[in-house]
Amino acid sequence: MSESASTWSPVVEKDFAFTDEMRARADAAVKRYPPERKQSAVLWLLWLAQEQNGGWLSTAAIHHVAGFLGMAPIRVHEVARFYTMFRLKSKGAYCVQVCRTTSCWIRGADKITRACLDAAGTTELGEVSADGAVSVEEVECLGACCDAPMLQINDKEYRERLTPERAAEIVRELRQHAKDGK
Amino acid sequence: MTTTVKLTVNGGEVEVPQGSTVLQACEAAGVEIPRFCYHERLSIAGLCRMCLVEMERAPKPIASCAMPAGDGMVIRTDTAAVKAAREGVMEIQLINHPLDCPICDQGGECDLQDQSLGYGRGYSRFTDEKRAVAEQYMGPLIQTFMNRCIHCTRCVRFAAEIAGVEDLGVIGRGENARITTLGRPLDSELSGCLVDVCPVGALTSAPYSFAARPWELSHTESIDVTDGVASNIRIDSRAREVLRVLPRVHEDINEEWIHDKARHSIDGLRLQRLDRPYLRGANGRLEEVSWNDALRTLAEKLTAAAPSRVGAIAGDLADCESLYALRALLRGRGVTNLDCRQEGGARLPLVAQVFNAGIAGIEDADAVLLVGTNPRDEGALVNARLRKRFLRGDFRIASLGAEADLTYAVEHLGDSPQTLESLADGSHSFAEVLRGAERAMVMVGASVLARTDGAALMHLLCRLCETTGVAGKGQDWNGFCVLQKSASRVGGLMLDFLPGDGGMNSVEMLAASERGEMDLIWLLGADEIPMEKLGETFVVYQGHHGEAGAARADLVLPSAAWPEKDGIYVNTEGRVQLARRAIFPPGEAREDWKIARALSDKTGETLPFNSLRELRARMFADVPALSELDSPLREKWRPFGEAGTAGDLPLGHSVSDFYRTDVISRLSRTMRECSEARRRARAGVETATEAAAA
Repeated sequence: MSESASTWSPVVEKDFAFTDEMRARADAAVKRYPPERKQSAVLWLLWLAQEQNGGWLSTAAIHHVAGFLGMAPIRVHEVARFYTMFRLKSKGAYCVQVCRTTSCWIRGADKITRACLDAAGTTELGEVSADGAVSVEEVECLGACCDAPMLQINDKEYRERLTPERAAEIVRELRQHAKDGK
Repeated sequence: MTTTVKLTVNGGEVEVPQGSTVLQACEAAGVEIPRFCYHERLSIAGLCRMCLVEMERAPKPIASCAMPAGDGMVIRTDTAAVKAAREGVMEIQLINHPLDCPICDQGGECDLQDQSLGYGRGYSRFTDEKRAVAEQYMGPLIQTFMNRCIHCTRCVRFAAEIAGVEDLGVIGRGENARITTLGRPLDSELSGCLVDVCPVGALTSAPYSFAARPWELSHTESIDVTDGVASNIRIDSRAREVLRVLPRVHEDINEEWIHDKARHSIDGLRLQRLDRPYLRGANGRLEEVSWNDALRTLAEKLTAAAPSRVGAIAGDLADCESLYALRALLRGRGVTNLDCRQEGGARLPLVAQVFNAGIAGIEDADAVLLVGTNPRDEGALVNARLRKRFLRGDFRIASLGAEADLTYAVEHLGDSPQTLESLADGSHSFAEVLRGAERAMVMVGASVLARTDGAALMHLLCRLCETTGVAGKGQDWNGFCVLQKSASRVGGLMLDFLPGDGGMNSVEMLAASERGEMDLIWLLGADEIPMEKLGETFVVYQGHHGEAGAARADLVLPSAAWPEKDGIYVNTEGRVQLARRAIFPPGEAREDWKIARALSDKTGETLPFNSLRELRARMFADVPALSELDSPLREKWRPFGEAGTAGDLPLGHSVSDFYRTDVISRLSRTMRECSEARRRARAGVETATEAAAA
């Protein structure tokens, strides 16, 4: 989200291609749309690519999706860099996403983020902790407003009704998990 | 079919065609609507919100650019609410805008500046830090100042829709949104137009950087002569310098775009100019001489030589007046060796050498066969028109010739001239497509006409047109189109600057020179011929830039370049247009027709005109079609070419480097940079595509 224009370069890092399983899922996603509008599947495919690529999208992955759908790479970059659910930098083994939209924000999301960053030993959002275990991000509403403030781990698990102390504890637990090799 | 809707704008009723927007209706009613993102020739984005107006029964102001005009709508643009809305939008547009107008090249012709003055509040309540955005590399012609960008996305839409290169996009969101190329320069010959569509100073012209303010410039309406399309331009000059070239709207030729060579080759006008006459001395070096001595020497040579041993070859930038004057002088002496085609070629009727359907006619066509042409390089605006038609759909395009990326989908039929035979006898599958099309077009490149088997190929093309209904006797539609690449060509053909009875064409003249059978060859701005073939012949070069021609010449007659003289040019459609003088020629250089006229005094056969007006009167009497300004030729169909066998040489195209085709663009530093940038970008593109494919 907040990376600056000057540090980001479109260098194609590592080759990327869908695995057979992912390709099957991608084909299924493409089939949901009329053939002449197959680029409508771009969000699905980016999501699959992110899953396969370890939680973030490399330029190679974005280009692969562009080729898959017959789109100009820039059009896919536009999508990938608009939505917060797509990450363009590598993340920790556990990615902690703190909701910062209205309900959570009023209930102290800023403090939750601060506590998570401190527990991870990082200063910047998106920065990976020294042990490679955790990276902390802020995201827009995850739809759990009734239990604000909340965070999400690795695009899947919710932790709700947080206090800064509880949030810090979660991050410490995640770092321990990573250390234990889970 | 065209139905109209009636609506009320500020109390007055206005009727507009169905499908118009509220903004267009307001314009039709004579009401000015401020806008940033809306552009008539691009898709509608509805981003900037500057065009808000009030509509009856709508709870909020509406974006007029994106709202279809409906029957009975009541629109108001003069209310307090609209005023407040505009002031609010203006304030938001300026939040991150640096307000560095005093050092901005757009100053004085900036939509943001003008509309801020007209519709803004005059102050801002914003006190925080403004954002800073890194510059983008968009090629050698565009200097970016991305801090000034207001994200209207006109540039993105222009690149994707008109130029056909999807390299520009918006990434990030909210405050972090920015326009980017992802580091890949725009590979388009229309890239200079980005500066025109940008409503602010974010994209400015790099070669014109900090050169002048718009109110210092004199404007001259003229035409571009760097290709056969002859786009309409405006020359902006100050004192003796052409500082920039901008497009002028001509719906039937260039709409409102011009290509980068037309816009930016002008720096070549200042370099290596011939500003006084030179004569090759006894030591073999060119030495300065007076006009009087130069003309006297030439007159002696000319009167001494037998007419059959004298010839003249005209280059690609010659205007009709120069051609007429030189032809009158030489034909008056019995010289028949004249050619306005540096590459020679067969004798063909005019109908076989012009763009019969007209450039705008492309929009009526439903199938096109390109033969031996790369329209992107040979006529960039013709290519833009093909893309425009392509985007509308139901359009088949096939190409016979060298394969190239033309910014739209093309069926490539190979490059063998023999394919023309199967197309002509109807056995080829694309012949079927042409026959099935209501209005089919065959677009032929200049490279075909110049071939040694050109007459045979033209005969095949003629048969192809007649058998598939592309053109023929008694038909309204003539889809046979030749895309000439040089501005002087059709004018030269109409003036019959061609070999007379028993005369030689340029290839034959050169061969004769090589054999030592010519005494004098007059090059009228001809720099693209193989100079080494001129042998020992006495060569006169009449032109404005010191390049191949002047280097070989024995006598150099300095003349005016195209922005330095009034001249008539005929484009590939046969459309007669006027180029007007913007500046004066340097030093002792003279207008071309005056040189022929002055020489005629010395040879004793004074040409019967003393002014441009008198010359034109004579020329129009001889060739009446030249007096009909801005109307394309409508030649009657007649068979052309000679039956023969097609050679084995593959069909190619006639322009190898778009940016460097004539003496001015070859000498231009800007064009050299563009040419190198394109080469690098294309090499880079290939690796990126390979990486993506891997």
